Amino acid sequence: MANAQYQRDLLNESGAEMLAICTSQLEKSKDAFLNHDSDLAEEVILNEVRVNALDLRIEKNCEKFLALYNPVANDLRFIMAIRKINFDLERIADHAYSISKYVVEVDKKIPPHLFEVLQFHTMYDTIVKMLENIAEAYENKDVKTARKVFQKDKVLDKINTDSFAVLEIEIKKDNNIISEALLLFSVIKKMERVGDLIKNIAEEIIFYIDAEVLKHKKKK
Amino acid sequence: METVIEQVPLDKVIDPSLKKKAKIEVKDVKVWYDDFNAIKGIDMNIKPNTVTAFIGPSGCGKSTFLRLFNRMNDYVEGFRMEGKIKINGENIYKKKVNVEELRKEIGMVFQKPNPFPKSIFDNVAYGLKIQGITDKQLIEERVIDCLKQVALWDEVKDDLKKSGMTLSGGQQQRLCIARTLAVQPSIILMDEPTSALDPISTAKVEELIFKLKEKYTIIIVTHNMQQASRISDYTAFFYLGELIEYGKTKTIFTNPEKQQTENYITGRFG
Repeated sequence: MANAQYQRDLLNESGAEMLAICTSQLEKSKDAFLNHDSDLAEEVILNEVRVNALDLRIEKNCEKFLALYNPVANDLRFIMAIRKINFDLERIADHAYSISKYVVEVDKKIPPHLFEVLQFHTMYDTIVKMLENIAEAYENKDVKTARKVFQKDKVLDKINTDSFAVLEIEIKKDNNIISEALLLFSVIKKMERVGDLIKNIAEEIIFYIDAEVLKHKKKK
Repeated sequence: METVIEQVPLDKVIDPSLKKKAKIEVKDVKVWYDDFNAIKGIDMNIKPNTVTAFIGPSGCGKSTFLRLFNRMNDYVEGFRMEGKIKINGENIYKKKVNVEELRKEIGMVFQKPNPFPKSIFDNVAYGLKIQGITDKQLIEERVIDCLKQVALWDEVKDDLKKSGMTLSGGQQQRLCIARTLAVQPSIILMDEPTSALDPISTAKVEELIFKLKEKYTIIIVTHNMQQASRISDYTAFFYLGELIEYGKTKTIFTNPEKQQTENYITGRFG
């Protein structure tokens, strides 16, 4: 089993690496979008290749672990969780990539007041905090910290739900911001989706540590 | 290569009225070999028509525990036992129990195939003959039925007079299982029945076990964790003469309650 433990440790490290890269991609895409920094956006686009390569490596190593070591119990839950976490992280990086593409391809600066009224900064800050929670929970196998993201995701849901009405008001005030507002609306949708993916990751961490399945559980 | 066992409906080869449900209850069983306390107080209930796997490191007491059910330990020097083992409510360690009768009810298959140095036919017929059955037609029918049940019939039907010893290891083990089935037991004990077999023969025996549980209660000792998880409904983990954890196999292999169980099944023991 010593070799299996070694392989599991390697996978665990790759998972942590994937988490770090995807968090960095998302943070950079945020800065690129807020400051309309196309150089930084280009960097995110280029880094997508690294994310994809790591995604494939993790997927391959999971397959190898399953085939060669017949994991059971905690090992089995770990391998099932790491595959799903990897998938969710890769999707998060995809969102960072598409937001950066907007920055490079759309030559329009978003009026700063729109960020304010939509609570865009709050949304991004919440996501960053959620990712910090995830990193801590993953590293320390800490279920309590993983659970913190569920409450934070509600903040994102609220901002997303409100965004339609807020933008409607802003467009009525000024017809010239329609394309910027639509772009921002699309990014908010992506951010809300990122929140859901982080929530999925928290559920996977809880499943792997406590064997508790939270997916599709109805709120009491 | 075709490895699928020939499908023979059991009702066709065994009279359904012979189907016996064997419920096993173990109460505070302790075993000593002289001063050595091999089993330290075990309680366990085994449901009829299930496969229960006993797992644990060497020397944990699982084989000793298995051998209690057909009183095989009675012959071991220095063996002493306390507690009760009831089969369908009857304590099998009561003084008046006829051990030979008991063993008709409880068949056993061992780690190493052990056919008698007799013909294939006589190996299977042996138990019936020592029971005093002389009806040749009945014996022949039973031998054929049992060889079909263990999916050996097609392989040996033209060589029934050949010695059982000439068969391959996997075939010999299936022959031994057929011999066990011939006396129509209600419980089958298996002590690492596939550890000496290649993967194809192992798959055949495992498929057979799955089929046999329709009619029998099966207890199997195995060192192969994947085998335990593949074939059993319940798993019992033993360590140093104690039953550490006993429950549904699915639970034991996905989320065991005890850390010791988890360490053992994931290979991190010790």
